[in-house]
Amino acid sequence: MMRIADEVAVPEAQVDAVLDLHDVNVFYGATRAVKDVSMAVRPNTVTALIGASGCGKTTLLRSLNRMHDLTKGARVEGRVLFEGQDIYDRSVDPVAVRRVIGMVFQKPNPFPTMTVYDNVVAGLKLAGRHRRSELDEVVERSLRQAALWDEVKDRLNGPATGLSGGQQQRLCIARSLAVDPAVLLMDEPTSALDPQATARIEELLAQLKQAVTIVIVTHNMQQAGRVSDWTAFMHLGELIEQGPTDQIFTRPQEELTERYISGHFG
Amino acid sequence: MTVRSLAKHGRSNRLRRRFADAFATGVIVLAAAIVLTPLVLVLAYLIGRGVGSLDLAFFTQLPAPAGEPGGGVAHAIVGTLELLVIASVIGLTIGIGTGVFVAEYPAHPLVPTVRLLSDALIGIPAIVMGLVAYALIVVPFHHFNGLSGGVSLGLIMIPYVVRATDEVMRLVPGTVREAGFALGLPRWRVIVSIVIPSAASGIITGAMLAMARVAGEAAPLLFTAFGNQYWNFDPLKPIAALPLVIYTYSISPYDSWHRIASASSLVLVVFVLLTTALTRFVFARRAR
Repeated sequence: MMRIADEVAVPEAQVDAVLDLHDVNVFYGATRAVKDVSMAVRPNTVTALIGASGCGKTTLLRSLNRMHDLTKGARVEGRVLFEGQDIYDRSVDPVAVRRVIGMVFQKPNPFPTMTVYDNVVAGLKLAGRHRRSELDEVVERSLRQAALWDEVKDRLNGPATGLSGGQQQRLCIARSLAVDPAVLLMDEPTSALDPQATARIEELLAQLKQAVTIVIVTHNMQQAGRVSDWTAFMHLGELIEQGPTDQIFTRPQEELTERYISGHFG
Repeated sequence: MTVRSLAKHGRSNRLRRRFADAFATGVIVLAAAIVLTPLVLVLAYLIGRGVGSLDLAFFTQLPAPAGEPGGGVAHAIVGTLELLVIASVIGLTIGIGTGVFVAEYPAHPLVPTVRLLSDALIGIPAIVMGLVAYALIVVPFHHFNGLSGGVSLGLIMIPYVVRATDEVMRLVPGTVREAGFALGLPRWRVIVSIVIPSAASGIITGAMLAMARVAGEAAPLLFTAFGNQYWNFDPLKPIAALPLVIYTYSISPYDSWHRIASASSLVLVVFVLLTTALTRFVFARRAR
């Protein structure tokens, strides 16, 4: 596992969490979009963030690999521990954080000028790794992991933009996996896809979690129920309730959670 | 409203819409025709006056003395190309660099000022840029030279290249940049290897148009490159250029020189047209 800072990390929380959030707040200017969220993400699980539009789930997700550093006016407070190390610590390089905590976005966003092959290895090649045999190996492994290999193995040198939307999204997943991240953040990865492509990606998640810990934001409660082990429900920036997925869906403790999952709002 | 009156109303409405449509189409076609007229007239005039002088000698020989037949403007064609190379080195490096800066670092405090000044630069007359190059380069060297001419053209190019680069870079979706950042790539790497290649065709188009724009400039060259009747490849000495040939020969009293001026104009116009058309053709094909 790659270190995100030079100094030796001192584990300070429970060992059983890949990501450990303590009182995380995210501000856009004066607006507080995420309020005092604390939660733990367990290794090799799929954690779903659910809640109505505007509840702050995407904002929270983007705070987990410092994507907010790139947004003007956005500010994160609190601590996000990755394997015991606060990713917001001053000694930590945000670029190194994003190398171990990858992200897949709502709309497929392959690099438009690159081939399928080059898209997969972009993270390696642009970081200076050029050995052909190594890259070939990574391309096949990542595309297999993303369940895309059989469909594209004969058109690796074709343009990535020639793939269908669902294939492009799996290509983006393969591209994220190629740099061997510990955590994969997924921001509504199927919302721009048709039901078939959605089903393929959902199947994929069950296999992927053996290699990488997944946090997924989804609008679709059935999806959360199908793919996740742990579910966190957010409302107006606050984390209302979290727990094992079957418990959240069958015996929610909070009335708000129950009203949301039974479709009363959102 | 009864069904009958509705139908009647519909009919008169349709007539009015048809008329409005025909009228609007007519106005637009007319406007397009007016735009094209000067270009067609200029081309027809130049072809009529100049095409007779376009022979091999025109492209390979030096000018003949006034009154003698034959001769060419090979020195000015080469001179113009040389000036364009110098201009591009300056205009493209500074222009693209500045364009990338204003497009990719929108939060930087200098960006609004740089963008404003760059836009203001477009409005500055070309001859003033010539004056700047004169002060910067001709004065220290104590004589006219090609370098100063190239620099003046390069200065004119800069704001066009900045604007073109800025605009096409901002067309690259933010999600593509985010994908790069999410792979753990540093910002410069995302810009150089992902954003710039995505915007490359637009940047090159802008660069070609800027070159075409300055290729025909005569005013800033009058007191910088100055012109030369002979071969000169040394950028530190006066250098010939097509626009200067056109200027000098047009105001001369000799009919044979007038024809050379027309032929030179034709070459220049065709060069600019070809550059523009070729750029469009290449990138239209690539976009497909």
